[in-house]
Amino acid sequence: MIELIVYGIVLGSIIALGAIGLTMVYRIVGFANFAHGEFMTGGAYVALFVVTILLPWIGFPDSRFVPLSFGWRMVIAFPIAMAVVAILAIALDKILYKKLRAKKSGPVILAMASLGASFIIRMTILIIWGSDYIFYRPGLMRPALDLPLSVKIRPDQIFIFCAAIFLVILLHLFLKRTKMGKAMRATADNTDLALVTGIDTERIIAWTWAIGGGLAAAGGVLYGIDVQLHPGMGWNFLIPIFAATILGSIGNIYGALIGGFVIGIAQQVSTAFLAPTYKLAVAFMIMILILLIRPQGIFGKE
Amino acid sequence: MTILKVDSVSAGYVPESNILHDLSLELNEGEIVSVIGPNGAGKSTLLKTIFGLLKPKSGKIQLKNEVISGLKPFRIAQKGVSYVPQVNNVFPSLTIQENLEMGAFIRSDDYSDTMEEVYTLFPVLKERKNQKAGQLSGGQRQMVAMGRALMLKPEVLLLDEPSAGLAPIFVSSIFDKIKEINATGVSIIIVEQNAKEALKMSHRGYVLAMGQNVLDDKSDALLANEEVGRLYLGG
Repeated sequence: MIELIVYGIVLGSIIALGAIGLTMVYRIVGFANFAHGEFMTGGAYVALFVVTILLPWIGFPDSRFVPLSFGWRMVIAFPIAMAVVAILAIALDKILYKKLRAKKSGPVILAMASLGASFIIRMTILIIWGSDYIFYRPGLMRPALDLPLSVKIRPDQIFIFCAAIFLVILLHLFLKRTKMGKAMRATADNTDLALVTGIDTERIIAWTWAIGGGLAAAGGVLYGIDVQLHPGMGWNFLIPIFAATILGSIGNIYGALIGGFVIGIAQQVSTAFLAPTYKLAVAFMIMILILLIRPQGIFGKE
Repeated sequence: MTILKVDSVSAGYVPESNILHDLSLELNEGEIVSVIGPNGAGKSTLLKTIFGLLKPKSGKIQLKNEVISGLKPFRIAQKGVSYVPQVNNVFPSLTIQENLEMGAFIRSDDYSDTMEEVYTLFPVLKERKNQKAGQLSGGQRQMVAMGRALMLKPEVLLLDEPSAGLAPIFVSSIFDKIKEINATGVSIIIVEQNAKEALKMSHRGYVLAMGQNVLDDKSDALLANEEVGRLYLGG
């Protein structure tokens, strides 16, 4: 059981990276972005491209940080994947969502448009890489470490948790310490007043997409390191990240973080009683229960 | 010298109907001008139009010798006009200090002196600078809102009903603060339901009805005017 909780924390840190971006976009841009899972998939495949094609092509040597499953190539690929998806997210906003905002379209129209965008991104990845499950480094033995309390965990999983926490701390410092971060919180608080104060809200929206997209990409790469890559991986994360977002109160970044861990743990612990294929159903059940009992989430006011 | 001039402006939220009809108003340097009138007269709409949140359909607005009508709010803010909305005029989850920092968002110079000035004007804000604005009382929120607007070192300050929803003891202290701000050289347009008090502290007043300027005069004259008294000042 303790082992399942530990696995849940690892999964939860990936869910949290998706949920934080989703909740920020919801708060500042004002709609539920159904393409958010595809940002995760996109990040994972961009890293795949960099690790298996780009870096070998320019002759960057392969290496591995034993006992981890990856090396310098992944260290380079990771921020590239985040940056590429950040740019992709901003581009998607400029060519699609911004036009709909200009027409004063409601949140439902924007959500539906994002659903369309998610299909396009997913199918594009499917066309390029095919539907196979892919490893960043195939054929590698991945021995687990024995921790106290009979917890077996792979070094990669410890790295995943640390990387996610590191990114969340960076985001926290950005929001609390920098001028742009404070302006972002101000815009989330009161968009009209932000406009009156002279904050260029379109610029804030671009930053929101960049951060949301970058974090989702990080989540995707980390999942790829933990398990494997598949064009549908992000889509499968959509329900857990929505559940985490709603559980932690929509718009609340720290809520999304906690929500991510709760959903991740619940999903993994459920495998003690249910077949693992029901993991998504567990996330979905939690989401429905919250919507019925406490729709404002744990951190929301009445 | 006229610092702000509203020249026969018509404006409204929807294409077919206007709220302001051919309205003109002038603000001279160093003045406090009150805009009074019944609910729905277009007082708030006037401020929004001056600040560029609403585009005039006809007429023009000049700041000194420059036409500012049609500019975006942040451009107008850069030119030295600050606006304090009536409601939702603070960032509730930001601290007082952060609210003031946001007020200086478009300034690229060092604004620590201005912040000190704001804290001198509202000492209570300094004591609570790390407290979230959402936890403050109505009067203190109003101070944060005004402080935020002052961070731009504006030449013109637009205040929308600063006394709305405040307990009577706070009303007079807020009005005192407005006079203090004015004494530092800021020209102020104040829109008020609390017409009598507003006129008492202002130099001139405009009476608005149905989006039109029906009367304007020195404040003393308006206060002495029987018809104004009967219709707008509550007898």
